[in-house]
Amino acid sequence: MTATVAPRDRVRMAGPGWWLANVATITGRNLHRLVRVPTLIAFATAQPVLFVLLFTYAWGGAVRPPGVARYIDYALPGIWVLAIAFGASQTGVAIADDLATGMIDRFRALPMTRSAVLAGRTTADAARNLFVLALMTGVATAIGFRFHAGATAALAAVALAVAVGLAFSWIFAMLGLLVRDPESAGIGGLLAVIPLIFTSSTFVPVATFPGWLQAVAKVNPITVTVDALRALCLGGAAPTQVWPALAWIGGLLAVTVPAAVLRYRRTTAR
Amino acid sequence: MKRFGRVTALGGVDLAVPAGTVLGLLGPNGAGKTTMVRVLATLLPPDAGRATVLGLDVATRPGAVRRVIGVSGQYAAVDGYLTGRENLRMIGRLSGLGRRSARHRAEELLHELDLTDAAARTARTYSGGMRRRLDVAASLVARPRVLFLDEPTTGLDPRGRLGLWRLIGQLSAEGTTVLLTTQYLEEADRLADSIVVLDHGVVIAMGTAEQLKAQVGGDRLELQASPGTDTHALAGAMAGLGTGEATISADDSRVVIPVAHGPAILPEVAARLARSGLRVSDLALRRPSLDDVFLALTGTSAAPSTSDTATVGSRR
Repeated sequence: MTATVAPRDRVRMAGPGWWLANVATITGRNLHRLVRVPTLIAFATAQPVLFVLLFTYAWGGAVRPPGVARYIDYALPGIWVLAIAFGASQTGVAIADDLATGMIDRFRALPMTRSAVLAGRTTADAARNLFVLALMTGVATAIGFRFHAGATAALAAVALAVAVGLAFSWIFAMLGLLVRDPESAGIGGLLAVIPLIFTSSTFVPVATFPGWLQAVAKVNPITVTVDALRALCLGGAAPTQVWPALAWIGGLLAVTVPAAVLRYRRTTAR
Repeated sequence: MKRFGRVTALGGVDLAVPAGTVLGLLGPNGAGKTTMVRVLATLLPPDAGRATVLGLDVATRPGAVRRVIGVSGQYAAVDGYLTGRENLRMIGRLSGLGRRSARHRAEELLHELDLTDAAARTARTYSGGMRRRLDVAASLVARPRVLFLDEPTTGLDPRGRLGLWRLIGQLSAEGTTVLLTTQYLEEADRLADSIVVLDHGVVIAMGTAEQLKAQVGGDRLELQASPGTDTHALAGAMAGLGTGEATISADDSRVVIPVAHGPAILPEVAARLARSGLRVSDLALRRPSLDDVFLALTGTSAAPSTSDTATVGSRR
């Protein structure tokens, strides 16, 4: 008979490998949490589907954007962004909750890399967004939506939408660290999202806005990204639309990622 | 030294915990116990002074400190949406254990802390005591050489408390250095090799449990004078029995005398009462409580030291 000896596989706790391992562990944690709460899955699935159906049937008859046969072809890229933004606001709640319950204290006393708690959360968000995008596109297709610019452009659209989601997630992670109270983080998140969404080209062409609001809408990053997504879905001047969107996303990430990580390093519960 | 705005939470702490021993940090709410633990666990930077863990400075080498410590805070910090097993595996992975080691270690600790039956349930279905034990298990995952336990038995039932005491004793016997905060003198008495009493961020007493009790004067003899009995005469009748001054409280006609060999002097107390003819309505021999320690110590509190040093896990 052989005695079983405790396995002693230790990991090298430095370098990019250690960072990746930490991010993977935290991503796993967040994905586990997601499937643990059946009501959360139900609501999180129903919400994007409802968005697709409500906007298509309630507004589809009234709004006739120029150059599109069906309103849903016009609206779906915007609804993607709306659903992703709503989903990302949950990240602020989750991070504030981790602070309030002492989870972040526990993580900070471990030899893990500092940025992994936030990076793992936003990576899990990206995985969830991929699922939500597929679900919404499936439902939209059943009621008449079609990609008009080919498979490559369609895939590029999905990739861009995931990238937009990543920027949102980091912004909300930062908000969660600053606000610290889970309920405030939730309300604050929506408060930030709703005006940005409605003063953009998400649901209606910007040309229908009054002049002063057009000026706001044109510099709204949501307009820029929704226009880029729309170009990739419908065809048209894609490159000239996509570059500004990528610049916005890159710029936002370049600011929010280091700022949030710095904030995390300095944050303590209470 | 640690300040929060204008409040100095820790202002005169000089302590050393020899490696492999248990230090009990005793004090009332707001004494600075948790702040002390948080500074040593690298969660709060000290504003002045120096704190080391196994010779590693917490301010300049926090990463190295985190590899040798385990921390269980005052509130159970476990992920309620993960199962007990998943919580421990996650902490294992984040502490540098490989996948197999993390699994193995999780099972070991679930068994040791009596959580095997609940291992597959999400932690939010746990009772307070179970969450507490899971939190302690999480602090042990990486087999830390230095363990910080902030009021670890708060919320545990007597069985859980005894189990945890046994575990702490075992860890200490295996060479783990333990810093334990508590509000219970009994707990410190039972577990700690030495005790530090903290109040308003200042160390007001330090020593073994025996030394502290001696400082407080051991047991106390309490005499409740019957109506009409002169408390001063009562105190006078007991002269020479105590180890210190008798305290006479006129409000409630009570005389309290610190005594060394409690039970042994009771016959003498009875004899003197009979001889003097003084009447008492109640007579009690009481062990010193934490309240007594404070009453005895806060009056003679040490002046804040100017250089704080905390050394945990130093060579004996």
